[in-house]
This record gives sequence, C-alpha cells and structure tokens, in this order.
Amino acid sequence: MSFPISLTVNGVRRNIELDDPRVTLLDLLRERLDLPGTKKGCDRGQCGACAVLIDGRRVNSCLALAVAHDGAAITTIEGVAHGEELHPVQAAFIAHEGFQCGFCTPGQIMSALGLIGEGQAGDDPERVREGMSGNLCRCSAYAGIVEAVLEAQQKLADANRRDAA
Amino acid sequence: MKSFDYVRPATVAEAVVASMTPGAAYLASGTNLLDLMKTGAARPDRLVDISRLPGLDRIERLADGGLRIGALVRNADLAHDPDFYRACPAVAEALLSGASAQLRNAATVGGNLLQKTRCAYFYDPFSACNRREPGSGCDALQGENRLHAVLGWSPSCIAVHPSDFCVPLVALDAVVEIEGKGGRREIALEALHRLPGDAPQRETLLEPGDLVTALRLPAEAAAFARHARYLKLRERTSYAFAVVSAAAALDMADGRIRQARLALGGVAAKPWRARAAEESLAGATPGQETFRRAAEMALADAQPSGDNGFKIELARRIVGRTLALAAAGTPQRLPALPGSPFSSHPGAQP
Repeated sequence: MSFPISLTVNGVRRNIELDDPRVTLLDLLRERLDLPGTKKGCDRGQCGACAVLIDGRRVNSCLALAVAHDGAAITTIEGVAHGEELHPVQAAFIAHEGFQCGFCTPGQIMSALGLIGEGQAGDDPERVREGMSGNLCRCSAYAGIVEAVLEAQQKLADANRRDAA
Repeated sequence: MKSFDYVRPATVAEAVVASMTPGAAYLASGTNLLDLMKTGAARPDRLVDISRLPGLDRIERLADGGLRIGALVRNADLAHDPDFYRACPAVAEALLSGASAQLRNAATVGGNLLQKTRCAYFYDPFSACNRREPGSGCDALQGENRLHAVLGWSPSCIAVHPSDFCVPLVALDAVVEIEGKGGRREIALEALHRLPGDAPQRETLLEPGDLVTALRLPAEAAAFARHARYLKLRERTSYAFAVVSAAAALDMADGRIRQARLALGGVAAKPWRARAAEESLAGATPGQETFRRAAEMALADAQPSGDNGFKIELARRIVGRTLALAAAGTPQRLPALPGSPFSSHPGAQP
C-alpha cells in the first residue's frame, strides 16, 4: 500500500509517495529528500539532534511519522540561512563557540529558533537553559549555546523593532 | 519496527470503530508510542491516527465554571495558556516540569494520561515483564529498581506511572471523558489507572475502542488556585522523570487551611492521592509540624520494592516542602525551573 503525502520543506512543495507508514519524518528528510543536515542521534526522542520546525514549532522529527504530517510545513537547518548569509542564530553559535564537534548543532539551532519564537524565556539565562534542555551536547558547549541564544534573540528583537519603525 | 496498517478516520465515531480491530492502537502525536514501537515493546497491527479529529483541540470554560480540555490539546499550549495558569497553576507547573520543550510541543493531553511506565524492563522486549507480557515474570524485582514503586505495588509489577501532569490533576478531581462502543461516558482520573495486583497488563479501565476525548476540571478547583504548587525531585534539574513528586493545593482563609488536596507522583503505578493526609490538614494552621504530620500520613503505607527505600523519606520531604511552598502562595509567574526545589527564582524559595 502506498501513501501519497505532500509537504512544504524549506518553502518548497514536495509530493512524496510513501511506500511504508513506518517512515519517520527524520528518515524521510535524510534518506529520501537528500536533506542530511537534520541529525539522527538517539532516534528515541531523548537527544534533540533531530529537531525541526513543523508549522513553526520545534519538534523531534524522530518521533513523528511522516504519513501523519501530510500537508505540514517543515523547516530544517538547510532552510535557515538566506543564501550565503547566515541566520543570526547561526552567526551567534559561531561567535560564541556554541559547539565543538557540531553533531548536535543543527538540532540546537532549530530548537533555539523554536525557543525564540515561543517567547517564553526572555533574557533570563536560566529560562534559556531550561528551554534548551531537550538538546544534549556531548562536547558540553552549553555555556556558549546559552550565550548564543540570548544574543541572537536580542539581535532579532532589535531587527524587528527597526523594521517596525 | 513491526509493520502496521495506517488509517486516519474523519470522526470520533469512525475512530472508535476503526480501533475495535484486535491489535489496533490510537496514534495522536506518537511521542511515547513510536518510542515503544521502535524497541518492540509495542507491536500494534494498525495505527488509528486521531491527530486531526475535529473539535478535540480546544480549551473551554464551561457554564458551571469548570474547564474542559480537549484530548488533542498539546502539553505546551495548555501549560502556556495564561487563563489556565491562573485557574490551575500547579497543573501548568507539572506540565512544564516534564519532558523537554520540543516534546511538550508535540505531546497531547490524552497521550500524557495514557503514557506507559518508563520501567526499563517494560521497554526491553528481551526482559521478563508481566505488564508487557502477562505471566513472563518481573525482571525489575531483582534488577535496577531504585526508581520503582513504594506504594500500591505487587510482586507481579513494581513499575511507576511517569506522568507529572496527572499528579495535580488527580488532586483536583479531574474527570476523563471517553467515547467508546457504548457511547460516551466519564470516569474520575483517579480511577483511570489501575494498581498492578495480579494483572498489571490491565493498566487502565479503558476497554478496546475507548478513546479519551477530553479532560475536565471541576469549578471547585479554582478555590485552590492561590496556594498550589508541584515539586519534583529528579536526577538532573531538567528533562528527567520524577524520582518522587508532589502536588499540593490549599484553600486558605484567615491563616488556616480550609481544605487541602495532595497527591504524589513517581511512587506507584498510578498518580497517588493522599486523602488521609488531606483530612489531617483540613482546619489546621499551616506550619512545619502540620506538614510533617501530613507527610507521615501520606507515606504511612509505603514499602520499598527493591533498592528504593530512600524514596520514602524523599517523598515525605518533598510533600512537606510542597505544602510549605503552596501555603506561601502561588507565584505570579512560574519559576525558571518549574517544579524544581533547587530553582533560584525567589518564588520557589522555601
């Protein structure tokens, strides 16, 4: 049996014939849509390396069945930069050394984008740490990650204010 | 993962019919079910996707002052709803103390109630587990059981229910609305989960086809909103299941406790309401002595089921601390680390 689904991935509409309902969104992205930026860490919803935005919300793609997300808009790390220009969150991760080996970084950045969009953490480092606790970093770059998220959030807020003015 | 058939019915009635097939399981967001399917602990033949059923994603204020929360409301959306925090602050705190932000964005209210135990032997299909495979035994009894039950357990199963959310809900007399083959019915959340006895595989009172459609909080819950907290001890400060937890909600007037609600998490196969302790608090003056007595009563029947005797004293202390924080008053805003006794937020200081 096959399951036709349609996803908007990084702004591009993709029509997909799923031959098996077991395919997770993570495996679909990596193995079938040639988007390996989203990482498979634990594949059990414990590490956060596979975080993507589904309709703007951060979610672990390893615990999402692709077939159940027919019609959704997915943003992955490949869809974050504007051409060669890094997104402010990406730039802040580099500036603050919010990574070492880089394996967890796509998930960290997608989760940071989600966190900033949720608007719950404000400029409180403790709230940022709590809000990012679903993304493990085995190089333990946590201090840089928190700084990067706080700075990127501030820059995005400043840019929004300039746009509004 | 074993292969399965996938169907997405359009209505609740169709979903109930579709899940009457043996081996069928409901799929909402799948944050727990897919994990279980990946290890082989769950092997459904058919997934009935209920994630798009209409009308189950609303939070409604009822005419009688109660609240109805649709089973498909996401954990994060409920916890961050400002009206909900004002009405049921300990429930919001419990929700935000659980899992991680990206899991809460996906996980649903109904799924949270029906999540499976996190006992490692239940998760591992190569271990003996009466809950997963009746009659196979219980490897947890002689295994890693530091985090297992100290109340209501039996030699057939010592697993605990992992939900934070359910703990204050049980304290506040939440009711579960169910649609099944016989139509609509409702049961108290406190009665939904079963203690293991000699049939731990029967985890809830739900029958095949039964679909949880909503959760209801009675209007009386509002009386406790000004003095309500949830505290959770865990092995790290965020993103971990409870070692022990407690929800306390007090209705206070003139410096005395009019009525109290108290429940514990991480101690039994169900969220554990401590009614005798509640009665001891009614009419009492809040204070360390009062709270310690209530904590003693809440754990009076506790027995270690393995290397977990330490949980009994921890639970007494967390009960006492939660009662003290509840008496001090619900914070205007949740602390940075919801449910944490170690938060640096002033609202959470003992």
